[in-house]
Amino acid sequence: MTPLTLTDIRILDPESGRDETGHIRIEDGRIAALGNVAVRGDVLAGRGLTCAPGLIDARVKAGEPGQENRETLASAARAALAGGVTQIVVQPQTEPIIDDMSLVDFIMRKGESLDIDVHVAGALTKGLDGRTMTEIGLMSEAGAVLFASGPNPVEDAGIMRRLMAYSATFNALISNSPVTPSLSDGSCAHESDVAARLGLPAAPAVSERIMAERDMALAELTGGRLLLDLISSAETADSVRRFKRRDIDVAASVSINHLALNELDIGDYRTFAKLDPPLREERDRQALLRAVEDGTIDIIVSDHDPQSAGRKRLPYAEATPGAVGLELLLPVGLKLAAEEELDLMAFLRAVTVAPADLLGLEGGRLREGAPADLVLFDATEPWVLDSERLLSRSKNTPFDGRRMTGRVRHTFKDGRIVYSAV
Amino acid sequence: MTPFEGYEFSKRHCLDISDFHRADIENLLALGAHYADLDVQKHGPRDVLAGKTLVNLFFENSTRTEKSFELAGRRLGADVISMQIASSSVKKGETLLDTAATLNAMNPDLLVVRHGQSGAPSLLAQKVSCSVINAGDGTHAHPTQALLDALTLRQAFDGDFSGIRIAICGDILHSRVARSNVQLLNMLGAEVRLIGPPTLIPTDADQWGVDVFHDMKDGLAGCDAIMMLRLQLERMSGSFVPSQREYFHFYGLDRSKLAYAKDGAVVLHPGPINRGVEISSGVADDPDISLITQQVAAGVAMRMAILHALAEGIQ
Repeated sequence: MTPLTLTDIRILDPESGRDETGHIRIEDGRIAALGNVAVRGDVLAGRGLTCAPGLIDARVKAGEPGQENRETLASAARAALAGGVTQIVVQPQTEPIIDDMSLVDFIMRKGESLDIDVHVAGALTKGLDGRTMTEIGLMSEAGAVLFASGPNPVEDAGIMRRLMAYSATFNALISNSPVTPSLSDGSCAHESDVAARLGLPAAPAVSERIMAERDMALAELTGGRLLLDLISSAETADSVRRFKRRDIDVAASVSINHLALNELDIGDYRTFAKLDPPLREERDRQALLRAVEDGTIDIIVSDHDPQSAGRKRLPYAEATPGAVGLELLLPVGLKLAAEEELDLMAFLRAVTVAPADLLGLEGGRLREGAPADLVLFDATEPWVLDSERLLSRSKNTPFDGRRMTGRVRHTFKDGRIVYSAV
Repeated sequence: MTPFEGYEFSKRHCLDISDFHRADIENLLALGAHYADLDVQKHGPRDVLAGKTLVNLFFENSTRTEKSFELAGRRLGADVISMQIASSSVKKGETLLDTAATLNAMNPDLLVVRHGQSGAPSLLAQKVSCSVINAGDGTHAHPTQALLDALTLRQAFDGDFSGIRIAICGDILHSRVARSNVQLLNMLGAEVRLIGPPTLIPTDADQWGVDVFHDMKDGLAGCDAIMMLRLQLERMSGSFVPSQREYFHFYGLDRSKLAYAKDGAVVLHPGPINRGVEISSGVADDPDISLITQQVAAGVAMRMAILHALAEGIQ
């Protein structure tokens, strides 16, 4: 394979903190050298562009198997690459649910033919029933990188304790939805004056904090590795910060939607902004942004959740929550950075090296010897999002028609260009 | 003549290993070894318990332990009766203390009790006037099983426990056998290890004077003996472990895992065994490795020794 040099490019590496203009030379699918290095082989002029590690999106619903009309692994891969995402972790809530090593194997085999790395989050409980432990050890051996509770939390604290203790043997990372069902069941919005005005059944943000604190306390008790899946409130972020200070092995994720939107974005019942957890108040959003910057929140995910229009165009309470996000994770992050709401390096850390470290994956960094999984973007290019042009099979996004700043130009996987903007 | 000559066994009950001093244990094991001789067992003196009444009081089902005590009692000349409590008065609402009063009225000399609640034999012992032997209470203790395991090991290792490394593997959390064995083997100078998934090991088990492992490869390294425990299959649905398949893959003893232990390591199991769940047939049935049959034989001998020792106290 002929070497390729990307020249005069802004190099942003969140692992080392490197932010400089220089060249990156790629040989045999890996980064051979970067910085002030000799140009060799083919050349891609990168002046005006920024290079970051390919993004790792740790929360993607794929639809395959079972709901291919919403998304297939192949269509998800195309959408991912268009968004600069080179590794994805698919969630277990497929049909059937990924709760067995043969299904882990099935997804991973499917992924092998694609231009991205497909990783699997296995179900934490059988059929996501919240009670029966899955074969965490065997699924880990089969390659699962995470064990997730799906949309519903493991409600029984005793079972959660055993899940955490058992998974600790395999150093397996487990995630639970921080929701207290007795407070949240039947609700579809954040409890506030907005929801009250709209007359929507709402749940208080404390529903999230209670379950998050319970699980962090269990992580302390058992020594298990916990990922708090999709936190959304200021108070939960404070709790995580407090537990982290005590050196408890806990990590937290947030969706890009919750960093960019707040409850007002549901307007008068705009179901495309109906998400789970619900969008919260502006003060929550600001707290989440600060929590990403200070490392309290480890990773940012797209929470890609393709839904057909038919499941969205319904009365608010009946509409299915969720939004597509693979193509928007980076652009929305760049928009937040351009508007100086979020430090660019902190954002990139949370979508590259941090998920790589958390999930034990190669990639997510720009250094010699690392896989040449890269994204080249123009950090200032203005454009307007037209959801019909998204490559995902489903088009449900609250950002439709929004003005964006920053756009992907090329995505590289293992040194090959696998996506270029038209 | 018995090995008890010159030693006065003064204990009235056998409720827990911690009731005994090392000298008691050594003498009990010596007496057990004496009765392990089938000739002594079958044709020895039948008058040790002559005129004494042994009552088997089993609130939980058990075949081998109950029959083992029955046989031991009969071989020492006792009158043995078995009360099937599981299907009788308790079902009709009788409390444990009511049962004790009933028993007192019958005046037995020795009472063998198995009960689902930890501490039940100990409570009975306070309320009855005879000797009480704990044949397993809840998840607390099973001292006679520990003693028969020790007798089996004593025979395998020529009576010397010092420096012997023994791994107890499996469902430690629910095992009274493990608790009693840890106490007894520690007392005898063996190095004891516990191996199992964290969900099946009690919190703070590392404070029992043992090393705790969650990985068979690390835990079995250099072990002379491996004591496998029965995985209660009903635990599978309680989210303690995911499945029989996964449990066997990581914690079941087969020849490949046995290879981590010392060459010539022996394997014990209190029975009944679940083949393919905690132990493979290839290991369980290999007479060069498995001491499972010897454990059953040692059971009768050891229980004769215990009954004998307590009878000395009665006299």
